[in-house]
Amino acid sequence: MASILQFLVYGLQLGSVYALLALGYTMVYGIVGMINTAHGDFLMIGALSTFFIAKAFESINADGTYPMLIVGLIILISMMFTGGIAVTVEAIAYRPLRYKPRMIALITAVGVSMFLENFPRALPFIGPNPRPFPTLFINRTFNVLGASITSTQLIMIVLSAVTMIALDRFVAKTKIGGQMRAVSMDKDAANLMGINVNKVISITFFIGGALAAVSGICYASAYPQVEVYMGSWLGNMSFVAAVLGGIGDIRGAMLGGFILGIAQIFATAINSTFGYAVGFIILIIILLVKPAGIMGTLTIEKV
Amino acid sequence: MKKLLAALLASAMVLSLAACGSSSSTTSTTAAAAAATEAAQEAAPEASAEPAETIKIGFAFPMSGTAAMAGKYSTHGADVLKEALGGVIEVNGVEHPVEFIYADTEGSEEKTTNVYQKLIEEEEVIAIVGPDASKCALAAGPIAQNAGCPNVATFATNTAVTETGNYIFRACFIDPFQGSVAAAYCEEQGYKTACIMFNNADAYAVGLKDAFIENFDGEVLGIEEYSGSDVKDYNVQLTKLAVQNPDMLLLPNLNVELGLQIQQARSAGLTCPIVCGDSADTPDVANVAGDAIDGVAYVSAFSAESTAPAAKEFVDAYVALYPDELPNSNAELTYEATKMVVSAIQNAKTLDRDGVRDAIEAIDGLELPSGSMTMDATTRNPIKGGVIMQYDSEGVTHFVSSVNP
Repeated sequence: MASILQFLVYGLQLGSVYALLALGYTMVYGIVGMINTAHGDFLMIGALSTFFIAKAFESINADGTYPMLIVGLIILISMMFTGGIAVTVEAIAYRPLRYKPRMIALITAVGVSMFLENFPRALPFIGPNPRPFPTLFINRTFNVLGASITSTQLIMIVLSAVTMIALDRFVAKTKIGGQMRAVSMDKDAANLMGINVNKVISITFFIGGALAAVSGICYASAYPQVEVYMGSWLGNMSFVAAVLGGIGDIRGAMLGGFILGIAQIFATAINSTFGYAVGFIILIIILLVKPAGIMGTLTIEKV
Repeated sequence: MKKLLAALLASAMVLSLAACGSSSSTTSTTAAAAAATEAAQEAAPEASAEPAETIKIGFAFPMSGTAAMAGKYSTHGADVLKEALGGVIEVNGVEHPVEFIYADTEGSEEKTTNVYQKLIEEEEVIAIVGPDASKCALAAGPIAQNAGCPNVATFATNTAVTETGNYIFRACFIDPFQGSVAAAYCEEQGYKTACIMFNNADAYAVGLKDAFIENFDGEVLGIEEYSGSDVKDYNVQLTKLAVQNPDMLLLPNLNVELGLQIQQARSAGLTCPIVCGDSADTPDVANVAGDAIDGVAYVSAFSAESTAPAAKEFVDAYVALYPDELPNSNAELTYEATKMVVSAIQNAKTLDRDGVRDAIEAIDGLELPSGSMTMDATTRNPIKGGVIMQYDSEGVTHFVSSVNP
C-alpha cells in the first residue's frame, strides 16, 4: 500500500512535467494548427537559462539555498526569456510559412528543434556536457502514510497544478483568451472581426514557452542534470500526452500528461523491462477506442 | 545584391584558403624543424636525401555529444605520446614522419562507421586507435577487419569487440574482467547480498552485470532494469531494491546516467555501498550526484595516484602538457593503445597494416603506466591488473586497492 502511494507520487511528479509541456503543444496546435516539434527544446532552454540565471545570483546563495523571493525572480526571468525565444522562433521560422502547406511548417519545426539543440552545444560556455542543476527549492522529506514525499516533488505538483488552472481560467475568462479561442476557430474570420491574429499567435507562443520553462525547472529540480538534448525525449513524450488527451484541448493535455506519467511509473513498477513501452500501448488503445483523444472531438474537414 | 554576395563568397574562399595554407605550413615547419634537429643529432644524410614515407595513425573519439568529455581526455592522452615522439617514428634506422589524425565519432554507431571508412580509405592510416564505447567498436570493427586495418580500441570493454576478427585489439580489460574485479572486491569487503540496476539497452551494462552475477559468491537479491539514457527516472526501480536491504548495490551503467542514479538511490533509502564500472571515472558523475557521491566505489584501469615509475612518468608528461587537469582512465588507455600501435610499428617486420597487426599480436611485456602488458594472441585482449577507486565527500577519487581476480 505504502509503495503504491509512493509510486503515485513519482507518477504525479513525472506527469506534471509531461502535462505542462503538453499544454504548449496543444495550445500551438489548437491556435495555429501546426505541430511544433521544437517545443521540447523550449524546456531545455528554460532549464539551461535557469542554470545561468541562478549562477548570476550565486552571491545571494550563502548557505546553499536561495531566498524564496529570489527563486521566484529566477523562475520569472527564465519564463520571460524562454517565452521570448519562443516568440522569436515563431516570428522568424513559422510566421512566413503560415499560409504554406502544413508539411512545410512541420519540417521547419524539425529544423528549428535541431538548431535549438545544436546551437547551444556549439557555444563554448554551454557545450555538450551535462551539468548539475542548482537546488532552488528547500529540500525536506515528509512522510505521508508510509510514502516519502520531498518538498521538491510537492512544489512541482502544486506549481504545475496552479499554472494549469490559471491558464485554463485565462483562456476561458480574459479578453485575450477569448481572442485566442476565436483565432483557433477561424483565423480569417477573427481577423475580419478586428482581432490582431499575429499578436494572438505571439502571445500563444510566449505562454507556451513560459510553461515549457516552468516544466524545465520542475524537471531539472527533480532530476538535477541539465544538458542540451534533455528536451527531445520529453518533447516526444508530451506530444504523446497531448494526443492522448485530445490535441488542441487544454484540459485534455493536462489529463493526458498525468495519465501517461502515472501509467509509465506503474508499468515500470510491475515490470521494469517494458515500463516505458506501456505508455505507447495505452496511446494506441485509447486512439483505437477514441481516435480524437480523451477530451477531443472529431472534426470532419469539409472540402 | 548578387554581386555583393559573390564578392563576399569569394573573399570567404580566399580567407579559408589562406587559413589552410598557413596552418599546413606551420605543421610542416615544425615537422621539418624536428627532423632537422634529429638529423643533426644522428647525422644521417640518407634520411634527408630521400624523404621517408609518412606514417598516419587514425584516432576515432567522441569529441562532441554526451561523451565529449571522454573524447577530450582521450585526445589529450594521445597528445602526450605525440609530444614524446616529436613527430617521427624510427623504423629500422629510418625516421618516418608521423601524423595523428583525430576524427569525431560523436559517440554514435553511424558516425563511427563513417569515420572508419574515411580514415581507412581516404587517409590511408596504418592503424586506428579507438573508439572508446563498445557499441561504436562493435559497429565499426567489421570495417577495419574487412579492410585489413589493425584497430586498437581504447575503452571498448565488451567481450564481443575483439571477436569481430584478428585485426581488432583492445587496450582495456574486458567487461567480464570488470565484473569479476567488482565481484572479487565485494567478497574482499565481506558483502553477502547484492542488488543490481542496469541499462538493458546497453551492451556495456549488460556485459558487466552478467560477469558480476557469474563471479559473485553471495546472493543477488534483486535485479531491476531500465532502457535507454533518455529516461531519467529510476525512482521506482531503486525504491523496489531498497526494500531488499542489500549489502551493496551494483550500478554498471553509463556515466551520463550514474550521477542521477546515485542521487536517487540515496534518496530512495538505499544506504548500502555502491559499486560501479569504470564509466564512473569522470568528474561529471560526481558533479551531478552532489553529496551522494561520498563512498561510491568503482573499477578502474588506472590511478593517477599510482606510484609505479611508468605511471609517474606518464602523469608528469600529461600535467606538463595540460597543467589544469590530471589524466583519467580515458587519457591513460588512449596513451596505452597508441603506445601499443607505435611499438608495433617499430617492431613490425614489414611497414604495412599486416606487419603492424602481427606485431601488436606479439606484444610481450610492454611497459605501460598500468604495469607490464602482454597481448593474449587468441582473444586479442591485454593481460593486466585492475584497481578499485573510491569517491570521498568532496567528489575526489582515491585509490583503494588493486585487484587480480
